[in-house]
Amino acid sequence: MPKDGGIGAASKRREDVRFLTGTGNYTDDINIRGQAYVHFLRSDVAHGRIEKLDTAQAAAMPGVVRIFTGADFEDVGGLPCGWQVTDKHGAPMQEPGHPVLAQGKVRHVGDPIAAVVADTPEQARDAAEAIIYDIAELPAVVDMKAALDPGAPKVHDELESNLCYDWGFVEENKPAVDAAFEKAAHVTTLELVNNRLIANPMEPRVAVGDYARSTDESTLFTTSQNPHVIRLLMGAFVLGIPEHKLRVVAPDVGGGFGTKIFHYAEEAFCTFAARALARPVKWTSSRSEAFMSDAHGRDHVTRIELALDADNNFVALRTDTLANMGAYLSTFAPSVPTWLHGTLMAGNYKTPLIHVNVRAVFTNTVPVDAYRGAGRPEATYQLERVIDKAAIELGVDPIALRRQNFVTEFPYETPVAVTYDTGDYNATMDKLEEIADLSGFDARRKESAKRGKLRGLGVNTYIEACGIAPSNLVGQLGARAGLYESATVRVNATGSISVMTGSHSHGQGHETAFPQVVADMLGIDESMIEIVHGDTARGPMGMGTYGSRSLAVGGSAMVRATEKVINKARKIAAHLMEASEADIELKDGQFTVAGTDKSVAWGDVTLAAYVPHNYPLDEIEPGLEETAFYDPSNFTYPAGAYACEVEVDPETGKVTIERFAAADDFGNVVNPMIVEGQVHGGLGQGIGQALLEGCTYDENGQLITGSYMDYAMPRADDVPFYQVDHSCQTPCTHNPLGVKGCGEAGAIGSPPAVVNAVVDALRSGGHDITHIDMPLSPSRVWTAMQG
Amino acid sequence: MPRVTMTVNGKPVSGEVEGRRLLVQFLREDLDLTGTHVGCDTSQCGACVVHVDGHAVKACTMFAAEAEGADVTTIEGIAAPDGTLNAIQQAFQDHHGLQCGFCTPGMVMSAAALLAENPKPSEAEVRDYLEGNICRCTGYHNIVKAIMAASGQDVNAIAAE
Repeated sequence: MPKDGGIGAASKRREDVRFLTGTGNYTDDINIRGQAYVHFLRSDVAHGRIEKLDTAQAAAMPGVVRIFTGADFEDVGGLPCGWQVTDKHGAPMQEPGHPVLAQGKVRHVGDPIAAVVADTPEQARDAAEAIIYDIAELPAVVDMKAALDPGAPKVHDELESNLCYDWGFVEENKPAVDAAFEKAAHVTTLELVNNRLIANPMEPRVAVGDYARSTDESTLFTTSQNPHVIRLLMGAFVLGIPEHKLRVVAPDVGGGFGTKIFHYAEEAFCTFAARALARPVKWTSSRSEAFMSDAHGRDHVTRIELALDADNNFVALRTDTLANMGAYLSTFAPSVPTWLHGTLMAGNYKTPLIHVNVRAVFTNTVPVDAYRGAGRPEATYQLERVIDKAAIELGVDPIALRRQNFVTEFPYETPVAVTYDTGDYNATMDKLEEIADLSGFDARRKESAKRGKLRGLGVNTYIEACGIAPSNLVGQLGARAGLYESATVRVNATGSISVMTGSHSHGQGHETAFPQVVADMLGIDESMIEIVHGDTARGPMGMGTYGSRSLAVGGSAMVRATEKVINKARKIAAHLMEASEADIELKDGQFTVAGTDKSVAWGDVTLAAYVPHNYPLDEIEPGLEETAFYDPSNFTYPAGAYACEVEVDPETGKVTIERFAAADDFGNVVNPMIVEGQVHGGLGQGIGQALLEGCTYDENGQLITGSYMDYAMPRADDVPFYQVDHSCQTPCTHNPLGVKGCGEAGAIGSPPAVVNAVVDALRSGGHDITHIDMPLSPSRVWTAMQG
Repeated sequence: MPRVTMTVNGKPVSGEVEGRRLLVQFLREDLDLTGTHVGCDTSQCGACVVHVDGHAVKACTMFAAEAEGADVTTIEGIAAPDGTLNAIQQAFQDHHGLQCGFCTPGMVMSAAALLAENPKPSEAEVRDYLEGNICRCTGYHNIVKAIMAASGQDVNAIAAE
C-alpha cells in the first residue's frame, strides 16, 4: 500500500500551488522602489586588448546614472576560484585573475567591458550602445590541442602557458597500469568527445543589489543554488563586506543544474554598484546574454584504453583527457575534470589498475564548470562506451561482459581513492532487463525493419559519487570550502515547526520532501512543518544544493537537529508526567510513559517549552530549537542500469528514441514521485546531450550557438515516456536516512545508452561503425553511414 | 506615450506604453502580473504564453499596443476566485508536471489552448503541440501525462508517476 504521509509517501508538492497560479517569487519578480537597471557592454570578440573605452558621450544620455568600467574595480578583488588542484609534479594549478569587469584585455565573447546603470533598462541599453570603444583583436585559442601548442597565443599573458594543470591519478599506479597493458590479451581504444553544453535553466540569471546606508548593510537577491556560498565568496574575496553586513537571498529559483552554483561577476557588480550609488541596482540576463555568460559544461576530449585478459576480465584502464576551462577559472571548475571525474573511473567494475591523466586548458571561451553530474557523466560516458566497443571487438554480449566484471562485494575500495559502501549492480541489471523487456527486443527490431528502420539497443550502467562531501577529505584534495550542511529545527509554542536548511530548492521539491522526514520522526502531520531556505538572514551557514547532496547531507543535518529536539522534548515530557526520562516513548505525536496509559501530546510539550510554568528549569533551558551541522563520512554511491532503444532512419540519419528504461538504486526513498521526476528530468538532459545539444565556437572564438535558434534544446516531441524504477534499494550505510541522492543519475546514465543504441542500430544494418561523437545529429549519423 | 486599454483576467486595465514595449513587459512590470515569465529573447521557450482573445500567444512576440481592446488571460486568471486550481493546474500538481515552476505558466496556458481545440489529444498530439514550450526540469514525461489526465483520459497505464 502506498503511504499517505511521512518517509516513502508520494506527497503532492505544496510549492506547486504558487507556481501553478503565477504567484511564485523569482528574483526577476523582485523590484525595489527606486531601483536602477544595469546593462553590461560585453566583448564581441574572443580575445583582444582594450585600446579605447570612452564613456563620456554615453554617460550624458537620458537616464544614465553612472557608467562603470574595469578602472572602477582596480581596488576590488577578483572572482575567486574555490578549488585548487595540484598537478602531477606537485605544483599548484595556474590560477589567473578574474576581474569583475575586464581590465585591459577581453578573453571571451561576452566578457563584460563596461556596465551602464540607468533609470530604465531601455536607457541603460541605449547608452551601452553609445559607448565608444576600440578592441585590438588578438588571435584566439579555441581548440584545446592547439591551445597547448608551444607558441600558441596565451589567454593570460602572465601565465606560462594555456595549461592550467596536468593531473595524474593515481600517479604512483602508472607504471603498474602500463605494465598491465603490456601483458593484456586485448586492448580496446576509443577516442571521444564529451560535447560542450549550456545548462539552460529556464530562468535566466538575475541579480538585484540593495544597500542601506543607515545600517551599512548590503542585500543581494540572486538566482543561486547556494546563497551562503555567494555571501562568503563575494563578501570575503571580492567586495570585502563582512557577513553580518551582507545578506544574500535566493528566492524561488527557476532551475540550476549546476550553473547557478557559481559566483558571477554580475552579482558582485550589482552589490558593489548599489553601495556606490546608494540605490538598488537590478540586472536581468537575457537568454542571449546567458549563452555567453553562464558557465558552460562538459567539453572533454578523451582517449580511453581498456585492457582485458584472455577471459575478458578488465585488468587495467588508462585515460588521457583534455578538459576545457574556458577563459577563467569558474568557482569549482578545476574540481570537475579531476576529483569529480577521476574518482569515478572504476565505474561499477572491479578493474584493479586505473590511471587517469587530465590536462586542463585555458581557451578564449566562456568558463566551463559543473553541469548536472559534473565529471561523473564524463567518466561514465567514456567507460560505458569503451566497454561496448570492447564487446563488439571480442564478439561477446555487452551485458554479460559488464556482469562478469561487476563489483559484487561491499565495501569496495576502488583503485581511484574512493570506497563504495554498498550496492547491488546485478540487481539493477536484472530489474532493467525486466522493465525494459529486453527479451522482446528482437521482435521489436524485426517490426522496425519492416518499416525500413534500423533498431538498436544500448545498455549501460553508471555509478556516481553524491552526497558531497566529507570536508576533511575534500580539504586534502584542494577544496577551499567545507561541504557539511546545516539545519535548524525551530519548534513553535503551538507545535508547528520551521526548519531552516542550508540546502536550496530550485525544482527539487524540498518544501514537500523535507517535512516528510521530520513528520515521520515526530509522528505529526507534514502540514505542521514549513521549510525555510534561500536566505542567509534566516538560517545558519549552509553550503547549498548540488551534487545530489540536499537529502543525503542536508537531510541528515535535519535528522540530527530533530533528534536533539526529541531528546529535549522527552525531558520536558518526563517532567510533565513525573516519570523517568528513560521510560518516555514518542509515537504518533504522543509522549507516553512505557507500560502506562499516561501520555502528553506533542503540543503540550511544545507549549510547556515556551510557557515554562511547570518545567524542569534547573535542568534545561526553556524553548525548543536545535541546530545541527552534518558532515558526511563518505560520499554516497547511487548506481543503476539504463537501456535505450532507438530507431534510425537510414534515409536521413534521423534518430528517434523509441524506449528508455532506467533501473536505479538510490537507497531509501523519501518521496518516490519526486525521485521519479528527478530521473525523468535527467534523462531529458542526457538524451539532449546525446542527440541534440552542442555548444559550438568558430575558429575565431565566435559563439555559433548563441540562442535557442541555434542551440537545440530537447522538446516534448524529442523524447518518449520513460520507464523508471527505483525498487532496488541498498541503503547508504553511513547517513541516518540511508539515502544516496537522485538528482544527477538520469543525466549521467543516459548519454552512453543512447550512443550505444545508435551504434548497435547502424551495425545491425551492416555498417562497420564503432563510434560517433555526440550530438548524434542526422547529418553526423548519415555521414557515418556513408563510410 | 500612447495609451493602451485592454481587459486582463476580467478586469479593465490601461497604461501608457512606449511603442517598443512588449505585452509581456506590460503585464509583468506595469500590471505586476509576474506569473508570466521571460525565458528567452527569440520567441522560442514559451514561458510567456498567455491567451489573447482566446488564442495562445507568446507575450514576448506582441507589442502591448497591439493588444488594444483585447481580452487577455494570464496564469493568474485561470484558477477559481476562491483559489481552487482548475483542472489543468490540478492535473499538473497531481502528476508532478512541474519542478522549478518557471516554464509552468506557459505550459499550463498552452495546455489550456490545446484542450480547447482538441479535447482528447493523443500523446503524439500533446508532444507536437508543446513544440513551442521548453522545459528543462521534467523531461516532459509528467507534463504530457498531466495534460492527458486533464483531458479526462486514463493515464494509469503510462509508466510510473
